[in-house]
Amino acid sequence: MLKTFSKGGIHPSGNKITSTKEIKRFPLPKVVVVPISQHIGIPSEIIVEVKEKVKKGQIIAKSSGFVSTNIHSPVAGTVTKLDKIIDSRGYKKQCIVIRTDLKDVSNLEEIEYALKEEITLTPKEIFQRISDSGIVGLGGATFPSHVKLSVKEDKKLECLVINGVECEPYLTADHRLMIEKTREIVVGIKILMYALPVNKAIIGIENDKKNAIQSFLSVTKNEKNIDVAVLKVKYPQGSEKQLVKALLKREVPKNGLPLDVGVVVHNVGTIFAIYQAVQYNIPLMERVVTVTGKKLENPSNYWVKIGTPIKDLIKEVGGIPEGTRKLVNGGPMMGKAIKSTDVPITKGTSGILVISEDEASRGEQQNCIRCGKCVYVCPMGLEPYLLMNLSEKGMYEKAFSEDILTCIECGSCSYVCPSNRPLLDFIRFGKEIVKNLQNAKK
Amino acid sequence: MTVSVLYSVLLLVSLGIIAAVVLFVVSKKFYVYENPLIAEVEEMLPSANCGGCGSPGCKAFAEKLVNTEDISDLFCPVGGNDVMKLVASTLGKEVAEKDPTVAVVRCQGSCEVRRKTTEYQGPRTCAISAMIYSGETDCQYGCLGDGDCVAACKFDAMYMNEETELPVVITDKCTSCGACVEACPKDIIEMRPKNKRDLKVFVGCLNEDKAGIAKKACDVACIGCSKCQDVCPKDAISIVNNLAYIDPVLCTLCRKCVSVCPTHSIIETNFPPKKEKIVIKKTEANVKSVKPQKNA
Repeated sequence: MLKTFSKGGIHPSGNKITSTKEIKRFPLPKVVVVPISQHIGIPSEIIVEVKEKVKKGQIIAKSSGFVSTNIHSPVAGTVTKLDKIIDSRGYKKQCIVIRTDLKDVSNLEEIEYALKEEITLTPKEIFQRISDSGIVGLGGATFPSHVKLSVKEDKKLECLVINGVECEPYLTADHRLMIEKTREIVVGIKILMYALPVNKAIIGIENDKKNAIQSFLSVTKNEKNIDVAVLKVKYPQGSEKQLVKALLKREVPKNGLPLDVGVVVHNVGTIFAIYQAVQYNIPLMERVVTVTGKKLENPSNYWVKIGTPIKDLIKEVGGIPEGTRKLVNGGPMMGKAIKSTDVPITKGTSGILVISEDEASRGEQQNCIRCGKCVYVCPMGLEPYLLMNLSEKGMYEKAFSEDILTCIECGSCSYVCPSNRPLLDFIRFGKEIVKNLQNAKK
Repeated sequence: MTVSVLYSVLLLVSLGIIAAVVLFVVSKKFYVYENPLIAEVEEMLPSANCGGCGSPGCKAFAEKLVNTEDISDLFCPVGGNDVMKLVASTLGKEVAEKDPTVAVVRCQGSCEVRRKTTEYQGPRTCAISAMIYSGETDCQYGCLGDGDCVAACKFDAMYMNEETELPVVITDKCTSCGACVEACPKDIIEMRPKNKRDLKVFVGCLNEDKAGIAKKACDVACIGCSKCQDVCPKDAISIVNNLAYIDPVLCTLCRKCVSVCPTHSIIETNFPPKKEKIVIKKTEANVKSVKPQKNA
């Protein structure tokens, strides 16, 4: 019997078209657009000027607080503009535009770094490296990693959980990374275990990624403290709280963090970025992005420089096919629709999904028939139909007392609703207002 | 038979007497004094309970009026100067006279001039679609067309024009309570002085983008060219972030700016038509000819 979380959950079809495609290096973009707010927290502060020449990996925007992070230039080139450019929602956000110097040596060569297992830095130096390298949670939440790793003394840390679940349909970025960079990820785990310090690490991988499980099992054969846990396929297992529940049978308290139950969770992508930063001092400049869709000519996984416009990626995979309705930043469950293809890849973009007409259209909304399916599938044990009604009617106090803020926005409720009700839209809206009301009260 | 009728009548009468006594005693014992003026003032107020004054309902506003020393800051936009004068004379307090205002929609981006580049499928309310993304067109400042303002209006003074997908204010019915201003997530609706015969000149655009981008998104967008600023004799026009704004206090309604605007983004209302050029957007005649349709 494989492990999984107990409450709720759904089984959307995987559609992992690109799971056998090797991660290719994406060609050098001519222009990169780097937003200064790519993470949760305070936007970074720009420290370059227009017409300034920047080197690859140079800090172009520095951290402006504890919950903030540095942003590095992904290419060598010249800063051409500091302008407001639309993000995937269509609102204009401050960005740094850099024109790539196509003759620069550092841009042209991509060094393949050898595996370096020896840990030479002290824990303090390791944390400093992670903080300086601008590493954020690459699973999608983009929470600055150094904040997650700064464990307060009164909290007892027992276990490091590595999130290799990737429960979103279509996306295969983490899956490919786990197969291709298994040894590096294991070294990354050892670095964190040494620095935190913690004696136990568990890698959680869903059962549909058998080759990734195999390669981790073979690499960690002689490691007593690193376990590989095989999980039953179920969405949203990649969510921190659900993963902790599945692996350790511990429930993260309401409004709490996994740290409250002695766990720190990191995504495999983040672990690889930490490995690179600590062993080779390479800042976070690129990430794995899955460009996929059923009708695409050539869906693939790529190493993409942060700031590469999405249109370049689309062009590379053969252009937008006929009958496309929607482009999504992320997976089909939690991803957000993209308004324009000028939008750049950010630290949190794990995939670009091209959805065709028949898949994208939402059915006609009908009345709630009180079937209770949404309550059954909610992994947080909430009552989505009630929360929707409350936020639709503006009863925010009641919505707050019904724990609207604990919703993880996984979209399972909207997925199962037979009446096609926009449950998550309204819950998100209610959450936003309740959050503002609670902040105002403080 | 008669006895049972008698018993029940007696029982009910005695019950009634006991209840009356209890109620009398309780009402004397727990009597709360309320200033009779409050009820009197409440009677004068329009009983719209719209919240336009800032208080939750007319009763609360009446209490505030009676209990506050200086009521010159308080104003009932629905009742207007007449009601406030009446209240002031009843209470023996001073009240400031205010120019009546009316809501104006500062966006002209109809489907024709502001082309849709994306399609939105989801709950049709402005608040949610504004949270999810910037709208179906390339203009992130303009009207979303889902009618939150119309739903917020308690006086049926707004309706959605189905052709342009923009809200229209029926100035006669508008009480300037400000509910629509609150409801609009893009802050398109502004309260401007009504002036004589409802004459108004204002910039019907909120686009802060640079000229090229703004013009590409919408044909009637303000491009911040400052032609209006140059022509204005009273310095009433300021340009901030590529967007012109006409100060209603300084503006003398000379309409010089309207004719120089290259994108026709300055709106004039209710002026008699000039010789040939008719740029009137929302005349009353226009409003009356189109049957108001509620779009809930």
